[in-house]
Amino acid sequence: MVRLESRGDVSRAWSLLSPVVAIVLTLISGVVIFSAMGKDPGLALYTYFVQPLTTAFGVTELLVKATPLVLIGIGLSIGFRANVWNIGAEGQFTIGAIVGGGIAIAFHDSDNFLLLPVVMIGGILGGMAWGAVPAFLKTRFNANEILTSLMLTYVAVLLLSYLVHGPWRDPDGYNFPESRLFPAAAMMPVLWEDSRLHLGAALAVLAVVGGWVILSRAVIGFQLRVVGQAPAAAKHAGFSQNKLIWFSLLLGGGLAGLAGVAEVAGTIGQLLPSISPGYGFTAIIVAFLGRLHPVGVLLAGLIMALSYIGGEVAQIEIGLPAAVTGLFQGILLFFLLGCDVLTHYRIRFGAPGRARGS
Amino acid sequence: MDFVPVILTVITASTPLLFAATGELVTEKSGVLNLGVEGMMLVGAIAAFAVASTTGSGLAGIVAGAAAGTVMASVFAFLTLTMLANQVATGLALTIFGIGISALIGAGFVGFALEPLPKLAIPVISDIPVIGPILFGQDILVYLSFVMILAVAWFLSRTRPGLILKAVGESHDSAHALGYPVIAIRYAAVLFGGAMSGLAGAYLSLAYTPLWAENMTAGRGWIALALVVFATWRPGRVVLGAYMFGAITILQLHAQGWGIEIASQFMSMLPYLATILVLVLISRDKTKIRLNAPQCIGKVFHAAH
Repeated sequence: MVRLESRGDVSRAWSLLSPVVAIVLTLISGVVIFSAMGKDPGLALYTYFVQPLTTAFGVTELLVKATPLVLIGIGLSIGFRANVWNIGAEGQFTIGAIVGGGIAIAFHDSDNFLLLPVVMIGGILGGMAWGAVPAFLKTRFNANEILTSLMLTYVAVLLLSYLVHGPWRDPDGYNFPESRLFPAAAMMPVLWEDSRLHLGAALAVLAVVGGWVILSRAVIGFQLRVVGQAPAAAKHAGFSQNKLIWFSLLLGGGLAGLAGVAEVAGTIGQLLPSISPGYGFTAIIVAFLGRLHPVGVLLAGLIMALSYIGGEVAQIEIGLPAAVTGLFQGILLFFLLGCDVLTHYRIRFGAPGRARGS
Repeated sequence: MDFVPVILTVITASTPLLFAATGELVTEKSGVLNLGVEGMMLVGAIAAFAVASTTGSGLAGIVAGAAAGTVMASVFAFLTLTMLANQVATGLALTIFGIGISALIGAGFVGFALEPLPKLAIPVISDIPVIGPILFGQDILVYLSFVMILAVAWFLSRTRPGLILKAVGESHDSAHALGYPVIAIRYAAVLFGGAMSGLAGAYLSLAYTPLWAENMTAGRGWIALALVVFATWRPGRVVLGAYMFGAITILQLHAQGWGIEIASQFMSMLPYLATILVLVLISRDKTKIRLNAPQCIGKVFHAAH
């Protein structure tokens, strides 16, 4: 008989190994899926996961896609540690883009060098405001933050749709639902010539460092960890649960807002009805895959970015549907959560009661 | 104003919510929180549409939708109940996976149209003005949604297995000590929830808008989750909530006809804003939530022996 036996403690080795095992299992599933679709699995996997990395442009595009994932993932991972389930990062990302983009559009004939900082701060504040709503509803009215933050995502996306179809539509844009192009002064500087790699990537690296400092050096990081791992102890120590909820949602919202404004003022250059292929949701996988640790989030963000780029390349080269990317992402998270059981439990064969004591 | 067509559209908008919330109610009563309703609905919707459009049988589509939802739920059940994975994270994974796989399967079905499910017009009485078409002129799934919620209400309050299911949700340790198979009962509850979500999806793609579109559930799975909280885990209030939200969804379709000049996007926001509002109104009474919520909801059960 196979059964699970509690380790009594978290296995650090398995915590680090489980993402690797999950990725390998996902690749094996990929072989099965591609074969079932009648594609050569070797070629498909190569096109998906290797070919994008063979050109300098592919690598910079990878970093462009990783930027929002890492920014959002850092914020989410800090909240998830304290069991604050902010599922609405996609909405906070969108509002960040709307506020930052709105400022850029309002000052479209400006060439003042202060415009970009103002646009960025606007984006961060917009994301924070959108994150503050679930925080307020949770702390004041006990309303579940999973549902409220998610509902606000739909509201944010509809708001963006209204703006680009209505008041913010480009007057010279032949009636397309797009805003006018942002002025150069509102655009993030490009870090690598002839690519779309922009300042946002450097900010993402800064966020990784900042996240690490918060978690390992700041008092609030300690409190977040204790609340997540030992809620009873946290209560006994008198940590304010409300403070952690506010902190998590403001930080997560702010970083998602920054990611949103970086996307429109760095990668896209205007507001469109759809500005994200689901970065806010994929960042949830990034946070878990990265073990809720800043460095892990950085690595996981790069891996998930590869799944987006690979999906695009595979779509063009061998005609795979774009939806394969979402499928892979879901499968990866399933395997990860399944493997994670080994961080808390060990598998035992035979009747219970023997070989206890750990 | 002729209000019969309005009521008919409210019924079609409410039925998927009622199915999904009925399933989630049973799942949560057993102490399991499955956030994957949206994903299960989408897979149910594409399975029902694919089968109905290839076989030409709406009934086969309905069965396929329920079966697909059950398969999705079994993945969730295996991970959370056997592998003891975190229920919140696994539910999110189920939704992300469901969006991906339904879009992948559905890519070949975009642009297909289907005859909507036939209305079971009962001779003579469905011709009665007003109440005839409303009460006796619906399709089979509308009737089934009411049969299911009545059956669930009866099952939970009047039958022994129903009481055991609630006991498992209230205290899995006590239920286990009394010798009840906690994990098996939860498996059954989660699979039932999956089947109901699958039917909710099937209703969307077979009757509500008989076609397939990516992400066509548009957050209804999440609204169903909120409905269960709004209903404070009581079947009667699930019906009330589902129809209230159905009515709000329909407002946007009729608003322009009534001369309300608001951008369609703002009307489309209403169901989501209303969800937040009712969550706030219900949740602010912490005692009420504590008294009504299953005590073990979302907690991992691991028997030491």
